Amino acid sequence: MSTTAEGAAGQADVERRRGGFSSRRVFILAAIGSAVGLGNIWRFPYVAYENGGGAFLLPYLVALLTAGIPFLLLDYAIGHRHRGSAPLSFARLRRGTEGLGWWQVAICFVIAVYYAAVIAWALRYTLFSLDQAWGDDPEAFFFGEFLQVGDPGVTADVVPGVLVPLAIVWLAVLAIMALGVQRGIGVTSLVFIPVLVLAFGALVVQALLLPGAGGGLDALFTPDWSALTSASVWAAAFGQIFFSLSIGFGIMITYASYVGRREDMVGSGLVVGFSNSGFELLAGIGVFAALGFMAQAGGVAVGDVATGGIGLAFIAFPTIISEAPAGALIGVLFFGSLVIAGITSLISVIEVVISAVRDKFDTSRLTATLAVGVPAAVLSLVLFSTTSGIFVLDVVDHFVNQYGILVVALISMLVVAWAVQALTGLGDHLNVHGRPRVGTGWRVLVGIVAPVGLAIVLFFAIQTDLEAPYGDYPSWLLLVLGWGMVVALPLIGFLLARMPWRAGTHLDGPPPGSDPAPPLDPAPASTSGTRPGTVSEEGGSR
Amino acid sequence: MSTEAIVMMIVAMMVIWGGLALAITSLVRHGAVEDRTEQPRHDL
Repeated sequence: MSTTAEGAAGQADVERRRGGFSSRRVFILAAIGSAVGLGNIWRFPYVAYENGGGAFLLPYLVALLTAGIPFLLLDYAIGHRHRGSAPLSFARLRRGTEGLGWWQVAICFVIAVYYAAVIAWALRYTLFSLDQAWGDDPEAFFFGEFLQVGDPGVTADVVPGVLVPLAIVWLAVLAIMALGVQRGIGVTSLVFIPVLVLAFGALVVQALLLPGAGGGLDALFTPDWSALTSASVWAAAFGQIFFSLSIGFGIMITYASYVGRREDMVGSGLVVGFSNSGFELLAGIGVFAALGFMAQAGGVAVGDVATGGIGLAFIAFPTIISEAPAGALIGVLFFGSLVIAGITSLISVIEVVISAVRDKFDTSRLTATLAVGVPAAVLSLVLFSTTSGIFVLDVVDHFVNQYGILVVALISMLVVAWAVQALTGLGDHLNVHGRPRVGTGWRVLVGIVAPVGLAIVLFFAIQTDLEAPYGDYPSWLLLVLGWGMVVALPLIGFLLARMPWRAGTHLDGPPPGSDPAPPLDPAPASTSGTRPGTVSEEGGSR
Repeated sequence: MSTEAIVMMIVAMMVIWGGLALAITSLVRHGAVEDRTEQPRHDL
């Protein structure tokens, strides 16, 4: 057997141990499950309404086609060609960039810790919907009886009503992760995504039948063309596309590494990108139809009740559920959809960390799941099942999203495009089996347009935070859990990158069998039995 | 609903959901061609 064949066989064995999706369909459903999350349901409708209504469609589509999908394809190309978790893929792309991958891993760990808490709230509210446990004042119920919110800060006062559902969420997630890529993530996506579409579709139909629904849709879709001259509206569109597609922080790199080598990653990316936007549009119609009903019932304008995020999910929707016919059904469909969308996103986030640990330390699936999942679950339970959980969540979410994800995505993109100059090779890889072909246009979008778009989003975020400190939180909370986290995560990432890889790990270049084949190394084969660019048995890098 | 809002809603649906349908169709067609062309390579 030739050296090349031996390398390919060894790589095939490594990939068998890593696991993978059984088919393109499973991968696409998993990627859609990752992209479609809480933000699609509670963020997009309000962002669209606030930024020009129907006119927002134009910057939104421009952002999707010029930045979202091209960046998604970049992530796919990195993971699919280099066949590894985010750190391993970056290390294979160029050894010095491995820290970017670990930075993404650190961000994912933090996101997983707090994201689970919101899913736990939604899980509890699915049950609350059955008897409208919030009574006449959903806002007072949410902050008072349910979360038992105290003063801003960090406390150790446990709220059992949050602790129990949060523990259930983590047990479910750990069970899914322990089952592996196909039997865990793949099967969950195969079951959950169709259920999510059916449940949310039923919710939309139910919402459209409510009196006043037309008024809500009118508010959402009536275009304000003057908004198109505002830079902040374009930044909002790029921000929405960027945050909702799960790009730039390791998820799509990891998932793409689990896809068969001959799959069409360009076509898959287009399906995932448009599916994500398609679900956002569906969410916009459902949410604003329901808000139209709420406005009519209260005798106020839609603008007076329109909101997003936690306010939409846990205050506005309970109000709608209490007043609407078949409210319990609407509640179960809405909060059930939040739970499903949240779980499929959470497993993708935590998989970034598990995959990186497995690649680096060569552990079994179960060991890596426990090594990552147990500390994450404990932290999550300690920080977010207390009376101060919502404050911590709000601060961490704001800073990790605005500055963690945005900055690492921007830097990664610039490094890949300009420092490593890998776009041509990655484009060639996409073109081996992908259609439509990517070429100069894609390289311009990824190398210039998308980074400029992200930089503008980042500029507006920084400007907003400099004008006034975020929220009414104590300075120490913003410094420690906000800015402190933003600074700590890249440091942790680059420290982790200094740890040695497990013996035999192929580094510096795509592994054997990748298309198009990497150039042959003219150096003679090593007498010690390890190939150039692999890690020796002692764990030292050659 | 105003005419303007209805038009924008229909345009949004046609562009986004239409784009999704096109993307799926393209992927299925290309996937099928790819499978046929790749099959002989398997036998070699």
